[in-house]
Order: sequence, then C-alpha cells, then structure tokens
Amino acid sequence: MLELSLWKRLTILLVCLAGLAVALPNVFYTRAERYNDAVTAIERGAATTPEIQADLDQWPDFLPSAVVNLGLDLRGGAHLLAEVQLEDVYASRIDGYWPEMRNALRPLRDQVGGVQRDRTAPADELRVRISNPDGLQVAVDALRDLAQPIVSLTGVGQNDIEVSGAGDTITVKLSEAERTATDDRTMAQSLEIIRRRVDEAGTREPTIQRQGTDRILIQVPGIGSAQELKQLIGTTAKLTFHPVRGNATSRDQRVDSDQIVLPALDDPGQFYILERDAVVTGDDLVDSQPAFDQNGRPAVTFRFNPSGARAFGVYTAENVGSLFAVVLDNEVVTAPQIREAITGGSGQITGNFTVEEANRQAILLRAGALPAGMTFLEERTVGPELGQDSIDAGKVASLVAMAAVVVFMIASYGLFGTFATIALGINIALIFGVLSMIGGTLTLPGIAGIVLTIGMAVDANVLVFERIREELKTARGPARAIALGYERALSAIVDANITTFIIAVILFTLGSGPVRGFAVTLGIGILTSVFTAIFVTRLLIVLWFERRRPKQIEV
Amino acid sequence: MRLRLVPQDTNWDFMRWRHYTFGASIIAMIASLIIWLAVGLNFGIDFLGGTTIRTESTQSVDIGVYRDALTPLGLGDIAITELFDPTFAPDQNVAQIRIQVQDGAESVTPETIADVKSALLGVDPAITFPSVESVGPKVSGELVTTALLAVGASLIAILFYIWLRFEWQFSVGAVAALFHDVILTIGIFSLLQIRFDLATIAALLTIIGYSINDTVVIFDRLRENLIKFKKTPLIDVMNKSVNETLSRTLMTSGTTLIALIALLVLGGDVIRGFVFAIFWGVIVGTYSSVYVAKNVVLMLGVDRDPKKPSDAGTQFANIDA
Repeated sequence: MLELSLWKRLTILLVCLAGLAVALPNVFYTRAERYNDAVTAIERGAATTPEIQADLDQWPDFLPSAVVNLGLDLRGGAHLLAEVQLEDVYASRIDGYWPEMRNALRPLRDQVGGVQRDRTAPADELRVRISNPDGLQVAVDALRDLAQPIVSLTGVGQNDIEVSGAGDTITVKLSEAERTATDDRTMAQSLEIIRRRVDEAGTREPTIQRQGTDRILIQVPGIGSAQELKQLIGTTAKLTFHPVRGNATSRDQRVDSDQIVLPALDDPGQFYILERDAVVTGDDLVDSQPAFDQNGRPAVTFRFNPSGARAFGVYTAENVGSLFAVVLDNEVVTAPQIREAITGGSGQITGNFTVEEANRQAILLRAGALPAGMTFLEERTVGPELGQDSIDAGKVASLVAMAAVVVFMIASYGLFGTFATIALGINIALIFGVLSMIGGTLTLPGIAGIVLTIGMAVDANVLVFERIREELKTARGPARAIALGYERALSAIVDANITTFIIAVILFTLGSGPVRGFAVTLGIGILTSVFTAIFVTRLLIVLWFERRRPKQIEV
Repeated sequence: MRLRLVPQDTNWDFMRWRHYTFGASIIAMIASLIIWLAVGLNFGIDFLGGTTIRTESTQSVDIGVYRDALTPLGLGDIAITELFDPTFAPDQNVAQIRIQVQDGAESVTPETIADVKSALLGVDPAITFPSVESVGPKVSGELVTTALLAVGASLIAILFYIWLRFEWQFSVGAVAALFHDVILTIGIFSLLQIRFDLATIAALLTIIGYSINDTVVIFDRLRENLIKFKKTPLIDVMNKSVNETLSRTLMTSGTTLIALIALLVLGGDVIRGFVFAIFWGVIVGTYSSVYVAKNVVLMLGVDRDPKKPSDAGTQFANIDA
C-alpha cells in the first residue's frame, strides 16, 4: 500500500542530501576550483603563500569541493591523437648492440678473421661479415652468448636477440618477444616523456592516455592551440653526462667559468659542481633498463650508440675512481663513481636504489628523449571564448527547457506536477553530484544529454501519474489508486529505461571524446531520473497524503 | 482546471489507418534511401578527414574575398560557409572553412594552418580563429567503422532484450521501428545537407534509445491487455492499448520536445545539427512506435494459446525490477 518504512524514507532523504552537497561546489564553480587548485599546489609541496591562503579561504574545508570537469569543447584547449612510429626504435636498438658485438669478436680474430659490419642491411637488422667463413659457428656462438633473457610477462624464456649465420654473414635480429617488449617500453616511455613535458607547462588536468597498441591521446585544457601543444611535446629532454668537480650547498656558489652548479633531483639542498661541457649527451643513449648488480642490488643499466660508446669509453678509462653526474633537464639524477673503464658502450649505475627507484631511474633516463617519431592523426583546438559561448548557450537553454517543462507538468498534474518538479530539481543536482564524484567530464553534447534528461525524466512520473488516473476510475480510494499506479507503471519504467541504458553503455564503450561525455551524462541521467521518479516523488506524495488524508484526489 | 492533451476516454481507431501509414512509412523510407544515394550525406571531417577552421570577425564575412585569399595556397577543394545563429552578437560574423585531406599527409601540417591564418588576416585584420580541427584519413576510416558498429550493436542488444522480456514478434516489430527511425533521419540529413559527424551518430543512438522507450511502454500495455482480454481480437487489443497510453505518449514527447526546442533555438550553432537529429527522431520515433512497431507485430501475429498460463511474454516477462 502507501506505507514507506522509516529506514527507506531516511535512505531516500540521505541520498538526496548527499547528492545536493556533492553538487553544491558546481554552483560556485570558480571559487571551488580556486580552492582545489590551491590544495593541489600544497600537496605538490608549494609553500603557503598569501595568494594560496586566499584561494583556500574561498571554500570551507568540511564541504566536498570536487567539481565537474569541463571538456575541451567547453573550456577550450587542444586535443591531439598521435601515432608512435614503433619501428624507429628497432633500428636504434640493434645499432646499440654493435660495439659490444665487435668487442666480443675481437679476441676471436684468429678463428673468425676480420670483422666488418654490412651497412647495406635493413635498418632493423645487424649483419656482420667475417673474413674467415670457417669460423662462422664460433662467431655465432660468441654473439649468442651476448643475448639476454627477456624479463616480461609474455616473453619468459626467450632471448632478446636472434643470431643466425650463413656463409660469411651473421645476422642479428630482435626476437619477436623483444619487439613486443620494446614496443611496450617505447609506449611507456613516450607517455612518460609527454606527461613530463605537459606537466612542465603547468596546465590543469591534462589527459594523456595510451590508445590501442601505438597511439597516444593528449588533451590539454587551457592551452592556446594544438600547434603549441605539439611544440611542447616535441621538445627533447636534455640528458647529459658530466664530470663532477665537487659539492656545493647552494645554487649561487661561485665556480670557474667552465663549471656549473646544478641541484640534485631527489635531494633538495644538495648541489653538484660539474664541468660545463658534457662528456656524452642523451642523444647517444639508446636504452636503459632496471637490473641487478653482481651483489644482487638494484641497478640501472644503460647503453650508448657507437659514437657515444667511444666517447664514454675513452673518458671512463682515464677517470676510474672519480664521479660523473647523470644530468636530466639541468638536475642531477645520480652521480655514481666510475668503477672501471666502460668500453662496450653499456654500463650500470649502482647506488642506494630500491627496485622501484631503479625502475623509475631507468624510465627517467629513457625518458630523456622521445624514443620514436610521432605522427599526429587528429588535432583539434577550441578557443576559450567559443567554449564559454557554448556554456552560456547551454545554461540558457537548460533553464528555459526546465521552466517550460515545469509549467507544462504543473498545468497537467497540479500538485502532483509540483512534486515531479521538485524531483526534477533533485534529479539535476544528483546528475551534477555524481559527475563531480566520479570525476566525469561535461562536454557540449553532455549538456544536450542533460537537457534531454530533463525532458525524459518526467516520463517515469508521467507514466505513474497517468496510471494513477486510470486506477482512480476503478480502484477503491485514492491510497489504493496511488499504490497501484506505482506498482503497475513499474514494469514499463524499468523496461524503457533499461533499453536506453543499454544504448548509453554502447555509446560509452565505442565512443570517444565528446560522445563518451554524452554517454556518461545520459547514463547517469537515466539512473538518477529513475531514482527520483520512483522514490523521491513517492516519498513526497506519501508525506503529503499522510498529512492531509484526502478522501478524493485529482491527478 | 487541468491541461489535457487528449480527452479523458478516447477510443480512436488508430489501427484503421494502418495500411495507409504503413504504406507511407515504406514510401518515406524508400524516398530517404533514394535521397541518401542520390544526394549523399554531408559528412564532417570526422568521417572524411580534412580540416575545419572556424573564423570570427567583427567585419562582415565576404566568402569571395576569403576564397581569393586562400586559392593561391593550392590546398585543393576549399568550402567556405558563413554561419548564422540567433545567439550571435550583431557584430559577430562567423564562417567555417573546410579544407580537404592533403595528399600524403596524415594530419594537416602546422605550416598549412599558419598559411591559411595569415592569408585570412591579410584580408581581414580583425579575424580570430576560435577553433581549428583536423582529422587524418586513417582515423576517419576507423571512426566510420566504430560508428556503424555502435549502431549495429545497439540494434542487436535491443532485439535481444525485447525478445527476453516480450516475444520475438515484439522484438522484430521494435527493431523494424528503429530501422525506420534511423533511415528517416539519414534521409532528412541528406535532404537538408546537415553536417553528419560523430555527434550525429550519438544523436542517432539517442533516437534509438528514445524510440525504443516509447515502443516498450506501448508494448508493456499491450502485454498486460493481452492477458486481461484473452478473447478480444489482437487488433482491438492494440487499439485499446494505444488509446490508454496516448495521454502519456503525448505528455512525454511534449515535454521532451519543449526541452529540445529550447536547445534548438538557444543552444548555439555548434550543437544545432546534433539537437535537430534528436528533435526529428523524437517525432519520428513517437509515430513509429504506434504505426511501425505495432503493425509489424500485427502482421506477424501473437501466439495466444489459452492453455498457456501467460499469453504474452516469456519466463522473464514478469520480473518487475
């Protein structure tokens, strides 16, 4: 019948109040946003300046402060879809093996004869020609010994290179597993670099996502144009290796003109005095991996290309025992001691690393330069004014739509129409509340989705009210009619909304960008409108009915 | 005094016109297909690739001058349209320039965009560029595939859901109605040459959602009445169901249309195509729920074996939540 148990009433009330509280910051959008930015700044370690404190005072701490993110089409900004040229990396990886291989073959000269690299081979293959074909097997075995087992989920038990020999030529290729692993590393690295680049620009909430095997989606609100964003991403991180001349306590310490003072990355307050000229630069680094040293301690390996290897070999041979610094974007990542001459073009950095640190250092080192070229498949720029225009237009349209629907509902259903209107208001608050809570993004089609929900949200109410009208003709008494109305309209409401919800799910799964935003608002709108129509209006009607106990009702 | 869109107890013979309306629907669908094939859709860059640049200026737009400024750049086919909208300020003159995919380039080069911008600034120093969008041919091909997949997947999902909840005849009827709505929408987009892009696909799916919503409500009543009136001929039960739900159908379409009109007039030109598609779909969808979905069910007939405990519906029909 018409009873609603106390706990149900309280739950409904609680959900509505929670929804309103979560939605509230959106009403004071700029204030809440300033507060949020200030909180983020402090979390990142910024000092509490008067400005930040002023921003913090914009919003009370005890209230939820999350706001709905505005999509690029509303806030303005740039959107890029980039495709990473994964094959680029194969060639440089294979190049990196050459010095090591030449060194491995050198002691075997009496068996294999002279060694020469065949430069006409495809870029992702290394072909080595030996002058004594009889020594082929010895050479192949020697090179196979250089192969490293791959540590990855898919490539267990496989080596990184495949060595085969025929006649006087030995061919070295990356194994399939190594290619897959390389692809994953290339993507992780590209994402990392792009994130670092974009973060440096200090924009709010950029989206940087991997899409599919070789694509990266980059969305940065508030940036002037896609062109600017491309320049930002395209800049190479500067990685250099410098001889260390001493320690310093401040950046301003006076040093010779051929020296510079740079801060340590991890240790604030620690500074190094370095030689200004770099021994090797990141342009020569082809790879860096987390590894373990002889004593089982986490370490980071690195590998140079041939020219880098030569320069590094000469320098380390002359400076065993001294320190050299790995500098990234003018910060010293690490400053290890040279234990021995490093001639193979690859080396290992041991320090007080944990496994995670070694991992991160390797990423940082690799992140020095974008590992592969990128082609931009899609780029969109939306100016902030256009976005603001859209927001304004959307606001006006929503208000007008709302007002019209309210007038229409009250004219048609009187008091019950008023209940439906209150429920509609709560519904919209809930949509914004849920969107803020899940960190959803509001796009222009999303606003249309909300307006559409306003129109359709009353549908469930209309179904119930119409049903009550019908039941009033036959049922005994208004209480029974209301109860029956809700009961019998339920199956139509549920079926109708489940089918629409299915569409929202499909849109979300297959759509991208603004379409996805639309799917999210539509889906949330369906859930909240069913909730408000079935529970909130019902609660309102029950409360009213219990007070008045009317003998007759008109719907 | 309450607003009543329909008299209280209607008993209109909707199904009497079923042959005409069904014929009209078939003709409209064929006409839509012909227009679609003959005129074609005005695909946006989402599906064709290329670049669109939106310009805004306080000076009035002279398409001829813009074209003369851009022709020397040798960018191939360039389409320039001036946009008009009631939400624009009096001195806000907006135009849209569309450049086709450049041979061999995945995405338009920054130099091209810079060239276009400086050429236009040459003829109108007050011009600004509120948005620049560029989509490469590779992505646009994939977007078409995904879009078709989305529409197909929705139809199949709905076919399956209605079949679970009702009977197969109902699900065929519902999907026939959806096909009708989608084809008519494509038809009007071809006829009026409204830009057809990703957002339009979202709109199409929304139409599917709305139309199925409407169809399901009438089907639900039909299912209920089929159990109540076991001996009445199917066509009369249908008429009764449509009459009983008429008030609700008009109320819901009415409120939704009011909301959409507000958006159509005041929502700005960027989403106008999107809103128009939904607006059209609500009208067509309401019509097709009555005249396409039910007609198909009527033609297929419903299995009304009196020995069965329930005449309509499968074992999932009486789940109420």
